[in-house]
Amino acid sequence: MATDSRAKPDNPKGANRKRALLGDQARSYLGHHRKVAADSMNRLRRAPVASAMTWAVMGVALALPVALLLLLSSLQGVSAGWESTARITAYLAMDIPAGRAQALAQEIAADGRVEGVQLIEREQALEEFRRNSGLDDALDFLQDNPLPHTLLITPEESVRTAEGVQGLVAFVSGMQAVEQVQVDLGWLQRLNAMTDILTRATWVLALLLGGAVVLVIGNTVRLAIENRRDEILVAKLVGGTDAFVRRPFLYTGAWFGLGGGVVAWLLIQLSLWWLSGPIDRLAGLYRSEFALHGLGFDGALGLIIVAMLLGWLGAWVAVKRHLDDIEPGEIAGG
Amino acid sequence: MIEFHQVTKRYDSDHTALRQVNFQLNRGELAFLTGHSGAGKSTLLKLIMVMERPTAGEVIVGGQKLNSLPRRQIPYIRRHIGVVFQNHQLLFDRTVFDNVAMPLEVMGASPEDTGRRVRAALDKVGLLSKEKMNPLQLSGGEQQRVGIARAVVNKPPVLLADEPTGNLDPELSADIMHLFAQFSQVGVTVLVATHDIALINDMNRRTLTLHQGQLTAGGGVSGH
Repeated sequence: MATDSRAKPDNPKGANRKRALLGDQARSYLGHHRKVAADSMNRLRRAPVASAMTWAVMGVALALPVALLLLLSSLQGVSAGWESTARITAYLAMDIPAGRAQALAQEIAADGRVEGVQLIEREQALEEFRRNSGLDDALDFLQDNPLPHTLLITPEESVRTAEGVQGLVAFVSGMQAVEQVQVDLGWLQRLNAMTDILTRATWVLALLLGGAVVLVIGNTVRLAIENRRDEILVAKLVGGTDAFVRRPFLYTGAWFGLGGGVVAWLLIQLSLWWLSGPIDRLAGLYRSEFALHGLGFDGALGLIIVAMLLGWLGAWVAVKRHLDDIEPGEIAGG
Repeated sequence: MIEFHQVTKRYDSDHTALRQVNFQLNRGELAFLTGHSGAGKSTLLKLIMVMERPTAGEVIVGGQKLNSLPRRQIPYIRRHIGVVFQNHQLLFDRTVFDNVAMPLEVMGASPEDTGRRVRAALDKVGLLSKEKMNPLQLSGGEQQRVGIARAVVNKPPVLLADEPTGNLDPELSADIMHLFAQFSQVGVTVLVATHDIALINDMNRRTLTLHQGQLTAGGGVSGH
């Protein structure tokens, strides 16, 4: 019992000390990261012209593909806007009676892809035609109503794509009573095909420019490594791990990325502001709701994070290539 | 603390820097390593630092066989070895304090701990009052002492010195040797490579002599 009561207060104390030690280590590790991050930033600020030039190069390289992607997504918005008004017009055969047309309308409406069906009966259609065309007298000469029953089909929202609408058209025109189906998909398909091609081209461009950014940062960081050769040697000599030696350069790359991302964002916002007037006017002429969309907060954040990752990657490439070459063996001389 | 068993180091071009070197240094021992230039002194130190690997034989430091040591373990070995160079390898873009603090920084020591230990090391070499100065403002002897403070700041069990008194006058050299003797008294194994024969004779310590890569005197275990 006596040993127990003595041992007990000791154990938690040991555990506490261990935990405190771990806590200390974590704190000093984080403190070290903070210090290295701040130090890398200060180094960039001490060479403002060189840093600004790297930021500008990165900014331009990133702004170009992002601006194109924004433009394309705005174009896709246009076609989406058109699709929301897309309707399929199905003309029934002349010999279909009104009751059969009614049943057909219900049958089509029951399809999952269809939001609603409106039946325009031939008498009603003639009435409208008479009213709108001004051919009142001419129509009186006709013995029969030349117009068929017509179904106006509105697709379900999820089906309002070029492929979806086409599928629905195939379904409707497959019906026996339906003589002709009309939907103006041509220009929509062309626009979609075009934006598809442009989107892919833009991604290729983005990849190439992203690669260029990595190389630019890699080269810049390589110079930084050369400038700090002595420091790297000493750090390796006193037992700095590879991670320790790499860290300042990886932060340097990330800071280059941060600056490049901000510059890219500024360039994009500036171009949008400059383009918005003419685009509004053009859209007004076409009575279109087309508008160029900006990046928004999420987009800007994403852009900056991607830029930082690219910078980090570039630094990593340089560090991998050049840092491992610096070995303290050469210090000691012959 | 340091053991060499039949160590041979051959560089690519037929140049054999060390031939079958055998010796053992104990804890707290202070020994000199001497020989004409090119005799292999630096190579021997580099093998201890794992800057080079032996072609044959075995190097053991602190019970750890260095031959089979994976590359990423090397930094942790170096943290147990303090090194002093002839050209002291100080960084002139930071203060004396920050120079001495580097070994602690790579270990991830806390700022309080770092401050305490750096000042203790600077105090030991008599430069406490100059911690905020740039090493460039110091004399050669002072710079060398900053290098020594950096080498011992994390209390390594092994201290290596490569021509530490090369550029110093005899009086300063004696001061520095006195410092090394003090470290060995508290249990640090000290190995000093030098060709300063007068200094070696003054100190009257064990001396390992290399001649064309072969150990011609002072080999084996101490006392033999």
